[in-house]
Amino acid sequence: MRSRSTLILSLLLTAAVMSSRCERETRRYKELPAASNRETAVRVGQLEPGMPQQKADVKSPYQENAWGIGEGKRLYSAYNCAPCHGVNGGGAIGPPLMDDAWIYGAQPDQIYATISQGRPDGMPSFGGHIPAQQIWQLVAYVQSMGGQVRSTTAAGRNDDQMGALPESRRGSQVPVQTGHR
Amino acid sequence: MMAREEKKPRLVERDTRLESDALGRERSLLDATWSNGRGLIAWMAETDHKAIGRRYIVTAFGFFALGGILAALMRIQLARPENTFLSPDLYNQIFSMHGTTMMFLFAVPVVLAMGVYLVPLMVGARSMAFPRMLAYSYWMFLFGGIFLYVMFFLNTGPDNGWFSYVPLAGPEFGYGKRADVWAQLITFTEVSGLIVATCLVCTIFKMRTPGMSLHRMPLFVWSMLITSFMVIFAMPSIIIASTCLIMDRLISTHFFNQAEGGDPLLWQHLFWFFGHPEVYIIFLPALGMMSEVISTSARRKVVGYTEMVLSMSATAFIGFGVWVHHMFSTGLPQLGQSFFTAASIMIVIPTAIQTFNWIGTIWTARRLQITVPFLYMASFFFIFIIGGLTGVMLASVPLDRQVHDTFFVVAHFHYVLIGGSTFPLLGGIFFWFPKITGRMLNRRIGQVSFWLLFVGFNLTFFPMHLLGLDGMPRRVYTYPTSMGWHNLNLLASVGAAIIFVSLLVYLVNIIVSLRHGVVAGENPWGASTLEWATTSPPPPYNFAPQLTVASSEPLWHSELAPPPIVGLAADKREVLVTYLLDAEPDHRYPMPGPSLWPLVAAVATSVMFVWSIFQAWGVVWGSIPIFLALVGWFWPTKTKERLEQGVRGRMTVSESLS
Amino acid sequence: MSHLQSVIHPAGIQAALVSHLWWILFGICTFVWVAVAIAALIAMRRGHRAASVDLPESRIGRNVAFAGVATTITLIAIIFESVVIGRSLNTLKAPDALRITVTANQWWWDVQYENPVPSLRVTTANEIHIPVGRPVGFNLLSNDVIHSLWIPNLQGKIDLVPGRRNELWLQADRPGVYRGQCAEYCGLQHAKMALVVVADPPEQFEYWLTANRASAPAPVTPEQQRGKDVIEKGPCAMCHTITGTLAGGRTAPDLTHIASRSTLGAGSIPNTQGYLAGWISDPQSIKPGNRMPPPGLASDELQAVLAYLETLK
Repeated sequence: MRSRSTLILSLLLTAAVMSSRCERETRRYKELPAASNRETAVRVGQLEPGMPQQKADVKSPYQENAWGIGEGKRLYSAYNCAPCHGVNGGGAIGPPLMDDAWIYGAQPDQIYATISQGRPDGMPSFGGHIPAQQIWQLVAYVQSMGGQVRSTTAAGRNDDQMGALPESRRGSQVPVQTGHR
Repeated sequence: MMAREEKKPRLVERDTRLESDALGRERSLLDATWSNGRGLIAWMAETDHKAIGRRYIVTAFGFFALGGILAALMRIQLARPENTFLSPDLYNQIFSMHGTTMMFLFAVPVVLAMGVYLVPLMVGARSMAFPRMLAYSYWMFLFGGIFLYVMFFLNTGPDNGWFSYVPLAGPEFGYGKRADVWAQLITFTEVSGLIVATCLVCTIFKMRTPGMSLHRMPLFVWSMLITSFMVIFAMPSIIIASTCLIMDRLISTHFFNQAEGGDPLLWQHLFWFFGHPEVYIIFLPALGMMSEVISTSARRKVVGYTEMVLSMSATAFIGFGVWVHHMFSTGLPQLGQSFFTAASIMIVIPTAIQTFNWIGTIWTARRLQITVPFLYMASFFFIFIIGGLTGVMLASVPLDRQVHDTFFVVAHFHYVLIGGSTFPLLGGIFFWFPKITGRMLNRRIGQVSFWLLFVGFNLTFFPMHLLGLDGMPRRVYTYPTSMGWHNLNLLASVGAAIIFVSLLVYLVNIIVSLRHGVVAGENPWGASTLEWATTSPPPPYNFAPQLTVASSEPLWHSELAPPPIVGLAADKREVLVTYLLDAEPDHRYPMPGPSLWPLVAAVATSVMFVWSIFQAWGVVWGSIPIFLALVGWFWPTKTKERLEQGVRGRMTVSESLS
Repeated sequence: MSHLQSVIHPAGIQAALVSHLWWILFGICTFVWVAVAIAALIAMRRGHRAASVDLPESRIGRNVAFAGVATTITLIAIIFESVVIGRSLNTLKAPDALRITVTANQWWWDVQYENPVPSLRVTTANEIHIPVGRPVGFNLLSNDVIHSLWIPNLQGKIDLVPGRRNELWLQADRPGVYRGQCAEYCGLQHAKMALVVVADPPEQFEYWLTANRASAPAPVTPEQQRGKDVIEKGPCAMCHTITGTLAGGRTAPDLTHIASRSTLGAGSIPNTQGYLAGWISDPQSIKPGNRMPPPGLASDELQAVLAYLETLK
């Protein structure tokens, strides 16, 4: 009797384990996350007409996904983000990405819009150049640089000379929207 | 006719003096002392080496089945070109899991487990040294394996191969936690392997029954001794490597980062310094089993006992000097490579000597009995030899640079590992099954299973030689139709199906025989070593009275049998400790009984290991429960046994019980 | 079997030497295996019939010792043969050799023909043309993980290790098309990281080299012009280079002479217009996980790009 219930219990447990997918580990290179048509509606400033609106909580498709963040990290150097924003996101002629200050918003859809549309004073528009999937990967990586991603999902060190702690060890930060200075 | 009868070695008969009431009383007392009650708690607190050995074997074969299923999935995927049965991501996880499972969760644990079960019986000891540590090692092994498979089902299975080369498995390219899971599984299995090796060495060195000097030790015990030393020397290397890897990944150290002074090739050196001896760790115990089975079947001592022991020792020594042949294509200097070529080729000599000795033993057999275990052992001459010879080819740098990392190598090491270890192991299980369970396995079903395995194995792996020569690399999830590799791959997949059926038949045999098998006596095969001098299955205390020996085949030379030894307490768990070389009695030693602490400590250790993957601070906080568990484990108890422990000094051997 | 990637169908000196070594070892090993198998069978037969004569232990020991000595002598001969062949494989380094730098990436090969004059260097990918009868020295580098360059018909493999520079020397003796493949597990698409090696007669090779030094031809038709615009202004140029245009990305195969190559996706599929269209519109179905994202081109843009790429001979 006991052995049978143990068996059933362990079968149930196995089924539960198997049915739960680990979001951190999936490699979603096939399906495109629904590209945000909303990007045009993204608000980038703090001034808004009328009553403050409830912000739509847009989830970044790769925020919980180590593969997506890792790909974003690779693209960050492949697409030459580093010369302006710094190899580790410390900033150069572009604003730093590793701090908690966000000029155009730290929400995933805001970051997406920033990359996609470009911003005044130097940020080019990558919308027609980088496919949506890769922009989302960059978004996730940028979020991880700003400490908005779980440390178990963020990227480890590179096989390079080390300038700063890797994203997985920088600790979490609460983003502050600063607006244009 | 009469003359031939006389030549047969005399099997030992029960000494009538021992069938007294005194012995009966002694045995029931011992039974009460050594047996561990029933129920879940008692089950979890078990420290008997036979129970733990059984669990080890069953668990390892459970992982063998899982690894086999993974292999079957790979063979389905590769049966057709451009197949989409498995995605590349899943295939990569599956081949990594297959290798990791077979090496770390099956091959090494199962051969050590055979030692755990058999060595104390073979050396006539009542228990294994450090029984609680042994229990701890089993729990660590079990939890490690469960951990790996739970992570695999959570899509976090390792996907960098069983070798986890950096930088692919390093922090930059090994996304997520998959490589950490692999590295931590290694830690689990290393802890358990090292502990078993320590227990085995101590048992063999200090707990052999009086009279069993080193030159009378059964060859299987020798093989386990040498294997244990190999474990102790090889495993620290992989512990260092996997710890460095996990530190690189978690806390950004730079052991393998060439830009900061590390070196990706350092990983390969450390890994293969362990990885190649690992092969011999799997292989040597199988040689020991072969010697026992061949000697029993041939009804004679194995030819050249000393050469056999020296050969195994030489294999162990040279085995540590050949690791670079896994790295010939990394671009190392030519001169260094030549040295490793020579070492890798010379390691053939000890194995060749053993092979010749076995053939000599069979040649001069006194009426060879072709039993099922013997069939498994004899297949060594046909299967393993192919693997050994392709090994000679692979030791040659120019040829290795052509076939390295191709299916030729896949064929080679399956011929070596399955032919040199799994076949003897399955034979060994067949041979010792009656001792472990008290019932014989069915001979007919056993033969069917053996021949299916023999045919299926060759059908699966022989074509892989040709595939490798025709350029098919390893670890590919698919291949183009235009390469023309599909026919041989299909053949291999058909062979894999036959292997699957044969192992199923073996399993059915075990299940059927457990209930309906012929009841085995003490010594159904007429073997010569001490484990056959006790009941099948053996009582919890193994032997009463403590036997002594005066020959390397004590059961075949009863005329030499010295009287058994007395003086060990029956009302407490006491074992006899003897001197290393000649096994003369040294002192009595109290053995600890069942305890829940090993399980508690193993749970605490596992929690720390898993926690540390996700948070570096897990190492610190997770150590506290381990510390508490160890304090509980080693808390001094003022028992009578402890107080009386000081009894040292030589004991008399010649007293009899009556 | 196609023998496009075969160890025992050599097309160069090195591979021929190794193939020679293989047949020697194959002969020796077959002999040894047969001898052991026969000895074991005879032993079992005799043993089974119950030995009528008891061989004295010393005699068995002598036989074993004899077999052991024979084994040792054979093994020493094998070591000797192996080292000699290994040395002769290393004697190819010639000053007039063609030097090619191959840089491995996940999961494709970047190929650069060295020349002291930068403008005379040729960059291509996943396809290597070599002249017959002239030694070729490869400088092998890696941009990410460890790969291994293996062209079995010509030479054994050598790893491309990040942070190191390895060399591989080979020489083709007869013209032909050979296939190579990455032989060190390098991640998700290790299976589809192949390359084509074309051994040309010397004059044909020089012709090929000169042709490949040229920049991309200017588009002729309006559709080709549109294709060029899409490439330059769209996603393609982020990663790919086409010399003579604005496309200058360095993280993906050079497309300047894409139409002259025979495969796509590092040997995954043949380079025909249909396959090219399939590859551009959905590379992730052909080679799941590779680094080329679906660029999301409209169908008329795709047609224009195809029309333009066709001209890049």
